[in-house]
Amino acid sequence: MSSKSDQSKMSLDRRRLLQGLAALPLVSMSGLSFGQAFPTTKVNTTGLAITDTEVTVGQLHSATGTMAISETGSIQAEQLAIDEINAMGGILGRKIKVIKEDGASDWPTFAEKSRKLLVNDKVATVFGCWTSASRKAVLPIFEKENGLLYYPTFYEGLEQSKNVIYTGQEATQQIIWGLDWAQKEKGAKKFFLVGSDYIWPRTSMKIARKHIENFQKGSVVGEEYYPLGNTNFNSLINKIKIAKPDCIFCAVVGGSNVAFYKQLKAAGITANKQFLLTLSVTEDEMLGIGGENFEGFYASMKYFQSLENDNNKKFVAAFKAKYGPKAVIGDVTQAAYLGPWLWKAAVEKAGSFDVDKVVAASPGIELKTAPEGYVKIHENHHLWSKTRIGMGQADGQFKVVAESPELIEPNPFPKGYQ
Amino acid sequence: MNAIKNRVMRGGYGSFVILAFILIVAFPLLMDIFRLNLVGKYLTYGFVAIGLVMLWGYGGVLSLGQGVFFGLGGYAMAMFLKLEASDPVSTAIQSTPGIPDFMDWNQLTELPAWWLPFKSLPLTLIAVIAIPTLLAFIISYAMFKRRVGGVYFAIITQAVALILTVLIIGQQGYTGGVNGMTDLKTLMGWDIRTDSAKYILYFINVGLLLGSIALCRWIQLSKLGTLLLAMRDKEDRVRFSGYDVSMFKVFAFCLAAALSAIGGAMFTLQVGFMSPSFVGIVPSIEMVIFAAIGGRMSLIGAVYGTLLVNFGKTYFSESFPDLWLFLMSALFISVVMVFPNGLAGLYESHVKPRLVRRKSGSGPAKSIETPPKPAATPSTPASDIGLGAKVSNQSA
Repeated sequence: MSSKSDQSKMSLDRRRLLQGLAALPLVSMSGLSFGQAFPTTKVNTTGLAITDTEVTVGQLHSATGTMAISETGSIQAEQLAIDEINAMGGILGRKIKVIKEDGASDWPTFAEKSRKLLVNDKVATVFGCWTSASRKAVLPIFEKENGLLYYPTFYEGLEQSKNVIYTGQEATQQIIWGLDWAQKEKGAKKFFLVGSDYIWPRTSMKIARKHIENFQKGSVVGEEYYPLGNTNFNSLINKIKIAKPDCIFCAVVGGSNVAFYKQLKAAGITANKQFLLTLSVTEDEMLGIGGENFEGFYASMKYFQSLENDNNKKFVAAFKAKYGPKAVIGDVTQAAYLGPWLWKAAVEKAGSFDVDKVVAASPGIELKTAPEGYVKIHENHHLWSKTRIGMGQADGQFKVVAESPELIEPNPFPKGYQ
Repeated sequence: MNAIKNRVMRGGYGSFVILAFILIVAFPLLMDIFRLNLVGKYLTYGFVAIGLVMLWGYGGVLSLGQGVFFGLGGYAMAMFLKLEASDPVSTAIQSTPGIPDFMDWNQLTELPAWWLPFKSLPLTLIAVIAIPTLLAFIISYAMFKRRVGGVYFAIITQAVALILTVLIIGQQGYTGGVNGMTDLKTLMGWDIRTDSAKYILYFINVGLLLGSIALCRWIQLSKLGTLLLAMRDKEDRVRFSGYDVSMFKVFAFCLAAALSAIGGAMFTLQVGFMSPSFVGIVPSIEMVIFAAIGGRMSLIGAVYGTLLVNFGKTYFSESFPDLWLFLMSALFISVVMVFPNGLAGLYESHVKPRLVRRKSGSGPAKSIETPPKPAATPSTPASDIGLGAKVSNQSA
């Protein structure tokens, strides 16, 4: 592209823009200055749905179906972040407009809707997906159409796509430091691994076993998986009683959690007798389990609602102001909140909404205002983040009892753990 | 009689041509590739719906487990594509390169023997049809030989759908579990994700669907079709006439299964993955709804019904993401309440009489063709409703 034609295009556009502004005296001053600095033809060379005043993004979660209960928090957090960004004047002088699509807890629907958002609506980015299955269903589409996805859930790793920014933790970040803490602080040597039977628990436990056996020189005295939605854990509880592990290490998800912790309590396996560390109980799950059934057990993740810092206080207050005082915020909800902010930072750094430029600008992006504290995007599109250990409280909250001293490097393809 | 038959044939031919025109000419011209690909996806359910017309409308056997056969066909095709996508180079990062990724994270170290046939395309294509048909044969032979039928058979097909879902999710090392088989890329080196590939697959899909409709229509007009109807309405009479009733039902069930499986395989090719969410009870019942809305006596109507429901689903969920499930249920309820014979029934009762009035003479001819309506027996009220539709739908 010659610089001459570029220039003439720009001046043409500027003229059009100024004419438009003359007709709209109400346009804010910041919009005017940004509009001049970032004309639409410059910040959008790939035909995305961007006007002089608006940028369209997609939001793709399950608003209906079995996953709705988990994904609602993410929908709310993303909306909150977008509202806050719009209140600050938007991105490059453009307000964010959201097209909401319902994945309906159905992976093919996710695929259909993601294609619609990218091909038909030409959205600049998508915030969405929750389960690994839905991400796997949309990934080929994002890669083929060169879209951009901000994915909030902690997940199994083993993936790194140019077109995805993973704002949750990958498995090694969540697991390894937690296991080291369990060994050091709780003297755990014998572990019993329990999970729901699908990719995330399977991969997580594979990493946990390698770490326990090869690096900690501990032992795994049992490894059990149960189908999603399973509610009968009696045989598991018997096996645990026989194996007498120092630590029950869990990745049981969804509704199964409720039955699991109630049955543990009924069988007398409570926190004062048994140390339990889970990867999958957040404040959201606690609502269903009931604080009294989880009291004294531990969870390892990067965020808890009770985290003490100014960013988080502001975030919790804003979230409750918008969604009611009873709203709770789990790990994924916070990670979802980061998506729009990270995107904003990357777009502003790139000076463009073009997916390739935003992707190129993303590594190294820092967010000092994240509720979890400081985060930074790694070359591999995951976040540097700290891991914390929270102890369950009767009121459904966690007490943060430990925190990794440094940010933990994301390592989606861990060597020695395959 | 011959003249009447000719006219009946011609009538069916007319609506067939209209459908073919819409699918081959109108849709590709009016829609961009994204929407056309969606239509292609809907039409794969159309295979199931016309299978149900033969099985339920004509054979009087309600199956609530057609997702099983759709899924098996789809999985067979997905296995082939997954193996092709899992070459040692692109899976170099795994503990065992060269096997599908889900096997790797389930700690399998080699390809199971029963996966090997799916390395070959011809064997896969045979398996797409043969495996579901064989399963359908085993289920239906065991049931119909024992004269299990009606609602009991429907419940058993539901159980099969549930069992297969549990099996697929449980055996994730071999099947991909709840994620299904994702990231399918090429078919014999041909990238199925490109726009041109989507066009080609769409037309292959339409061709197969129209071919299947023609085949089913041919069966309907043959002696076999007449026997299916007779069996549906007075099973004992047919049996006493010396026919082996159960084998006709087995045939109808296997035919519906084979059609569903073709739909499943085309689904995998056009959507690019397969997951257990198509095998279970809910999608199976949804497929029955497609046929019911279209009119379960009409092959063409079933295709329109499938398109209508799925267009509705897409449109409502895009326009009203919070309300769409209510709107869909309103559509289902109102269609069943107002037009119990579906779209085809609507055409027969409202549109066709006007056309007929304009063309004199066809009225009395039709009444000759109409067999005396048997008295409704309390055990088969549904089939009685169906008969009314059948008579008038002969030409649809």
